[in-house]
Amino acid sequence: MNKKQLERWSPALLLLAIIVIWEVIIRVFGVSEFIFPSPSRIWEQTMQHKAIILSHAWRTFWVTMAGFGIAIVVGVLLGFLIGSSRLAYAAVYPLMTAFNALPKAAFVPILVVWFGIGVGPAVLTAFLISFFPIMVNIATGLATLEPELEDVLRVLGAKRWDVLTKVGLPRSMPYFFGSLKVSITLAFVGTTVSEMTASNEGIGYLLISAGSSMQMGLAFSGLLVVGAMAMAMYELFSYIEKHTTGWAHRSTQRGG
Amino acid sequence: MPVASAPAAASDDAFVDFENVWLAYNDELLASNTFAVEDINLKIKQGEFIAIVGPSGCGKSTFMKLTTGLKMPSKGTVHIDGQPVTGPLKISGMAFQAPSLLPWRSTLDNVLLPLEIVEPFRSQFKDRRKEFEERANNLLTSVGLGGLGSKFPWELSGGMQQRASICRALIHEPKMLLLDEPFAALDAFTREELWCILRDLWEAQRFNVILVTHDLRESVFLADTVYCMSRSPGRFVVKRDIPIPRTRDLEVTYSREFTDIVHELRGRIGAMRKAGMDLVQ
Repeated sequence: MNKKQLERWSPALLLLAIIVIWEVIIRVFGVSEFIFPSPSRIWEQTMQHKAIILSHAWRTFWVTMAGFGIAIVVGVLLGFLIGSSRLAYAAVYPLMTAFNALPKAAFVPILVVWFGIGVGPAVLTAFLISFFPIMVNIATGLATLEPELEDVLRVLGAKRWDVLTKVGLPRSMPYFFGSLKVSITLAFVGTTVSEMTASNEGIGYLLISAGSSMQMGLAFSGLLVVGAMAMAMYELFSYIEKHTTGWAHRSTQRGG
Repeated sequence: MPVASAPAAASDDAFVDFENVWLAYNDELLASNTFAVEDINLKIKQGEFIAIVGPSGCGKSTFMKLTTGLKMPSKGTVHIDGQPVTGPLKISGMAFQAPSLLPWRSTLDNVLLPLEIVEPFRSQFKDRRKEFEERANNLLTSVGLGGLGSKFPWELSGGMQQRASICRALIHEPKMLLLDEPFAALDAFTREELWCILRDLWEAQRFNVILVTHDLRESVFLADTVYCMSRSPGRFVVKRDIPIPRTRDLEVTYSREFTDIVHELRGRIGAMRKAGMDLVQ
């Protein structure tokens, strides 16, 4: 029981330990605030600028969610397409892999030319960086159907569509939720990177402007806020995953 | 396919009728005369229980695919119930060695799955759900899974999952049940238990059964007729009627008559294997 509780609180304890050690090192060695601010100083600055930080954070949050929303729709549709057709899989997959290898930050200047400074490039960068895992996971879930199960259904006269909706999609749900957890954190990366060069709002912009005015505490607050948002969303999807596809986790725990 | 051949097949009183059936999996293999099964001639009576035994990879599964219409023969014809087979037959149910139940559905919902797909149940599914559920529950009770319908498959043991899988194959009251080594992964006691369950289901409903198995005792205990297949090319080489009277009790498996038949089949398969080896050399 005690061990279980320790396991549960271990992330919080580790975080606390890191903060304490960080604070101690900064104080003992007298590191300048302009090089590396202490946690207490970061907290002070966060509180001091909280209205500004909050407005930038809100902007980053909804821009990310918009990009992520598009990524879900496009990822699921593309994944469905390439997972359900061998031809589409053969045709699309290599190109998609090549596309995924491109650094998404490199798209930002192009997107700026097309959509101007502001929301457009940020939403699209978040989308571009996060749809790939969703697509791959949906496709994998659909493409790895057991042939025997397919035979059982086809003998009954099931159409391809029946097989996909009755078996393929539910079966790929654990893969889907797994990919959402990865994708949402990527989407925050996409938004922040885009905002750093192509926006006058958002945490990315805040980071750049704080850095250029040597407000290191504020820059660190920005990082803190992005990290907190990404972690919160990760936990949210993790929670949804556990409560909708518990069968997948329990069956693996029991070794099938 | 000439329609005239249909009544002829029906007058033979054969429910399943294979005439000179050959199957190559693709055109390349066909061109090189490599067949998965060769020259199959087989007549199965209405309600007959047959078993097919043979070494692994001898085309037993191919035979199943031909019978269900999942594959079309390269040469020859297959008639089922007097009709030439042109596509998947909805009058059959299948179960395999792996129970392949869907883990996100309760056992009851797994058993109900075929009714969500096969007409005419499919269009009535919403209206008659209560009735269907009752039918599924009765079926589950008849195989000893009464009251377990709400459990998920992964909460059941291997033998229980296999019973549920057989229920799923039978829920739409098929005329033909195809079983591909359904008991191979179970322990000996559970296997014999399930033999009796299958026997009881069959005696109550008298559907056709085609059971593919490695186990000679299983085939002799359950079937009316046992066929042996040879390996590549897959051919039926032995047909043996099992005259042991019904209802067969597990005790029968220790009788002289039973073991003699098992021995005889074993001898013939052994001879066949030896001949096959000689051919290879």
